[in-house]
Amino acid sequence: MTRFSAWEVIKNGFTNQSGWSRQWRDPQPKSNYDIVVIGGGLHGLATAYYLAKNFNLKNIAVVEKGWIGGGNAGRNTTIVRSNYMLKGNREFYEDSLKMWENLSHELNYNVMFSQRSHITLYHTPGALDSAARRYNIMLQTGSDAEIWSRAKLKKEIPHLNYANDARFPIHGALVQKRAGTARHDAVAWGYARAADKLGVDIIQKCEVTAINRKAGKIASIGTSRGKITARKIALAVAGNTSRLWQLADLGNLPIESHKLQAFVTEPLKPLLDHVIVFGVGGAHFYISQSDKGGLVFGGDIDWYKSYAQKGNLHIVQDVSESALSLLPCLGRVKLLRHWSGVVDMSMDGSFFMCKTPLDNLYLNAGWNYGGFKASPASGWYFADLIANDRPNDIIKDHNLERFKTGHHIDESGAGPDPKLHG
Amino acid sequence: MLQIKCPFCGKRDQTEFSYGGDGQITYPALNADEDSWHDAVFLRQNIYGRQIETWQHSHGCRSWLLVERDTVTHEIFSVELAHGDWQKQVEKNK
Repeated sequence: MTRFSAWEVIKNGFTNQSGWSRQWRDPQPKSNYDIVVIGGGLHGLATAYYLAKNFNLKNIAVVEKGWIGGGNAGRNTTIVRSNYMLKGNREFYEDSLKMWENLSHELNYNVMFSQRSHITLYHTPGALDSAARRYNIMLQTGSDAEIWSRAKLKKEIPHLNYANDARFPIHGALVQKRAGTARHDAVAWGYARAADKLGVDIIQKCEVTAINRKAGKIASIGTSRGKITARKIALAVAGNTSRLWQLADLGNLPIESHKLQAFVTEPLKPLLDHVIVFGVGGAHFYISQSDKGGLVFGGDIDWYKSYAQKGNLHIVQDVSESALSLLPCLGRVKLLRHWSGVVDMSMDGSFFMCKTPLDNLYLNAGWNYGGFKASPASGWYFADLIANDRPNDIIKDHNLERFKTGHHIDESGAGPDPKLHG
Repeated sequence: MLQIKCPFCGKRDQTEFSYGGDGQITYPALNADEDSWHDAVFLRQNIYGRQIETWQHSHGCRSWLLVERDTVTHEIFSVELAHGDWQKQVEKNK
């Protein structure tokens, strides 16, 4: 495989772009692997990559029922931030953000990570208090945060709706400058290519149809491309975790599958330099502008449980209303596409990365809204869990027992109702 | 847009309703052990396919409803009042 460099770009400019090779192989599944990662999304690919790289493991496969980049990897709004507050989340997402900062070099693939600032608006004095608390916690735990006044905000982003008679007048914002966006497909392709280079078999169109247990372990998995045995099996199938969990006859999980939509408008001249988040009075809206010029935005989940990868119209109306109340200048912009991904909404809004009742099965699930930004750290710590057969301190609270012991990690304080953890 | 046929008000857009959640959870007795309560409150079957769920007609008659819906195709098979006695009454008055 060709290593990407400025020299290669120049050379191929003179040779009619003929020097580029396939990004990753298309191998036939073998009948036995040391480790099989189920799910070829960002987390599954990152896990396989760090297993091969950090632990020098060979003989790893990633099995994916669809194709690389076809699931939630390509269905998100590409926001990367670490403004989490609770212990367990704080360090984890901060680590992830640090890994994002070097990801393009790490993978030799331009993931177009753009640290353009993540700006959470606040609209009441009470919200300022809450923002200040989060800001202090972030500053004291090795991150960056700023509080912007209304005057500063007006100077930086002049076209927001600053009207005094707005239903939710803008008072200011909590800003994380190191946060931003990345190109989601590039992250999927980058991890796939880098993992493949280290010998990982990436097997697409390979759906797991059976999980066969024997004496407290998984003996083999049945797939649409034949039976595979493995020493260790890792689940990274957010959206469909419950289905595979039940295929292994393990009962119920603290997870519901919901769908989350994302939207993109026709391309515009540069308008928004930042990621802007508006969340007040039941509205929830986040928007940024892609390098192609399209405004990428999203809002709440569709509220009712669903496995359908198609969004419903009431959310289109919802986010359009939010868009116009925040950015009235978008009134005549055309919506180009909207799409939806199925996410694991958990009972406290936080993820699971832990061992399971079966000896050789490992779980990575429950990413709610937070999956994309978590990808690098998720892969890193999940690989660490699988290779060392014990959770790292940073993820040890993200287990399935936390509801029994009362150690919920509930950022929004919404309680055990998955649809409220948006 | 889903359309739900409320037994009182007729077929209405989903935006008039609020989603409640799983309608098939059986809550244990108040003095049951912690494990049974943990399972009822925190664990979900997360059905792929037909399930019974609760909706409230919050911008209409405010009744709680039991809706049988497919979580993959979104097809709705039946809607009835969540309170059994009321459902019987509605059927009698038909």
